[in-house]
Amino acid sequence: MDAPVIKTEKLSKRFGDFVAVNEISFEVAAGEIFGFLGANGAGKTTAMRMLCGLSIPTSGAASIAGFDVYKQTEKIKRNIGYMSQKFSLYEDLTVLENINFFGGIYGLTNSQLREKSEQLVTKLGLQKESKKLVGELPLGWKQKLAFSVAILHEPKIVFLDEPTGGVDPVTRRQFWDLIYDASDKGITIFVTTHYMDEAEYCNRVSMMVDGSIKVLDSPANLKKQFSANSMDEVFYELARGAKRSDN
Amino acid sequence: MRTIRFLLQKEFKQIFRNKALLPLLFVLPIVQLIILPLAADYEIKNISVAIVDHDHSMYSQQLISKIGSSGYFKLAGYETSYANADKLIENDKADLILEIPTGFEKNLVRENQQQVFIAVNAINGVKASLGSAYLNNILMDYNSDLRLQWIRPERYNPAPVIEITSSNWFNPFMNYKFFMVPGILAVLITMIGSYMCALNIVKEKEVGTIEQINVTPIRKIHFILGKLIPFWLIGIFVFTFGLFVIARFIYGIIPLGNILLLYGFLSIYLIALLGFGLLISTYSETQQQAMSIAFFFVMIFMLMSGLFTSIDSMPEWAKTIARCNPVTYFIDVMRMIVLKGSGFKDIRTHFIIITLFAAGINGWAVLNYKKTN
Repeated sequence: MDAPVIKTEKLSKRFGDFVAVNEISFEVAAGEIFGFLGANGAGKTTAMRMLCGLSIPTSGAASIAGFDVYKQTEKIKRNIGYMSQKFSLYEDLTVLENINFFGGIYGLTNSQLREKSEQLVTKLGLQKESKKLVGELPLGWKQKLAFSVAILHEPKIVFLDEPTGGVDPVTRRQFWDLIYDASDKGITIFVTTHYMDEAEYCNRVSMMVDGSIKVLDSPANLKKQFSANSMDEVFYELARGAKRSDN
Repeated sequence: MRTIRFLLQKEFKQIFRNKALLPLLFVLPIVQLIILPLAADYEIKNISVAIVDHDHSMYSQQLISKIGSSGYFKLAGYETSYANADKLIENDKADLILEIPTGFEKNLVRENQQQVFIAVNAINGVKASLGSAYLNNILMDYNSDLRLQWIRPERYNPAPVIEITSSNWFNPFMNYKFFMVPGILAVLITMIGSYMCALNIVKEKEVGTIEQINVTPIRKIHFILGKLIPFWLIGIFVFTFGLFVIARFIYGIIPLGNILLLYGFLSIYLIALLGFGLLISTYSETQQQAMSIAFFFVMIFMLMSGLFTSIDSMPEWAKTIARCNPVTYFIDVMRMIVLKGSGFKDIRTHFIIITLFAAGINGWAVLNYKKTN
């Protein structure tokens, strides 16, 4: 295994009395596709926000791409891509304008921007739509575009927070093709999802229950450990004991 | 610098694509500048006066026609009794009652003195006091006319010897619009500055795009500049249009003072106001919240700025609030430069204070704006 690009040590986040994330420790190797699973309210998004430098941890340690999550959040931001649960490209800008804007603020040169946006538009088959406002595109296309924009600046790690929520199975499949492409280029993928078939695509997955990581292994090993046929069963087995949930 | 260019491009595209925002930015202020000065008229005209003339004499008729021809009064009715006239006041048809007693003419001629009675509806205090003052003036004038008619010319003029003549500086015809229009323009600019900037930033919070921005290496000062500069330019544009098109061609106001000085002040003032909008945005999560907070402050800013009422006549504590109100200084400077032609020396204090405002509010807002929480 390569040197870890994500490394956490008893990382915690408290909001008042509420412990959203409770001493999680794990490592993710460079180039890995890491599935970060857990029920709603388990603390996945909070944990991910700390790793992205959007939220300062209450205690514990973590380094992302070799940078400290307390002191070097801005350096972390140079080296990561992020796609949040909420769609967060500008709906009132066109496809090309979004690509140019996000590429531009990551410091891509004009020629890079031109080249990259052409590549991207061709790859996603958006040639006809490139001058349309993003708000007019169907959700599946938006999500693929958002992912492509998140890795436009070739970050070391990309964080995906439920990237395929509400997307049809075919588009989800295409989305994962994009993820594999990115992974082949050496980008580490850190992804949360509620779809257990997607969990099977990951090299390793962790399961979060009530703010703590309960298990962490490859999908095959997890299924063996819980003598389950699918990741679905593993998830049920673990999530059943959860005290926190949506309701 | 390149980052700011990308941010500005994005902002301008978004602003000019927003079909709901554009009229708010460009049309509404202009319409308001055309309508509001008409409403904010200090002059009291059309005071309805009910007359109860018990005398029906030549002199009482003379007095009544003098009142009618003054231009300030309109006759709400001739009544036969005070009680009837009182009904007119109760029904809000009259503001004043002038009662002329029986024997008005006789007493005037024989005894050289007579009294009339004025009753005033004081619900609208300004109208009441101005109305009765006007009427008093007319009566005094009528009085001295009579004295001059009756008294034989003597060596000494029996009429009052000290007569006051006054001349109105800076606004010789006492045109209230000259006074109101620059002030209203200042308030409109204030509203654009504080509302639009706050709403724009909070909208990004609501939609969630700010999260995407926060996870990029954009420095917060760049992001803030990207938000402030477009609205700064729009503020300058609307001001220019208001001053050189609306104020000039509709109201005939031509600034007397140095235009550069005026724009210098405007520039700093807009920075202060946009900083205020930014500050609001850092404390609100939704556009509704931002709107409510901005509305609350803009109300105070407007009413305590000396736009409608003189700050000098406010109680001491209210004066303190007015002094902490940036709009006060802008309205003052507008009136001073536009109407009076004041130079830098006259408004130096204003400049210093508004610069402190700009620095203070923006400093606070920048500190409070967090990419990470």
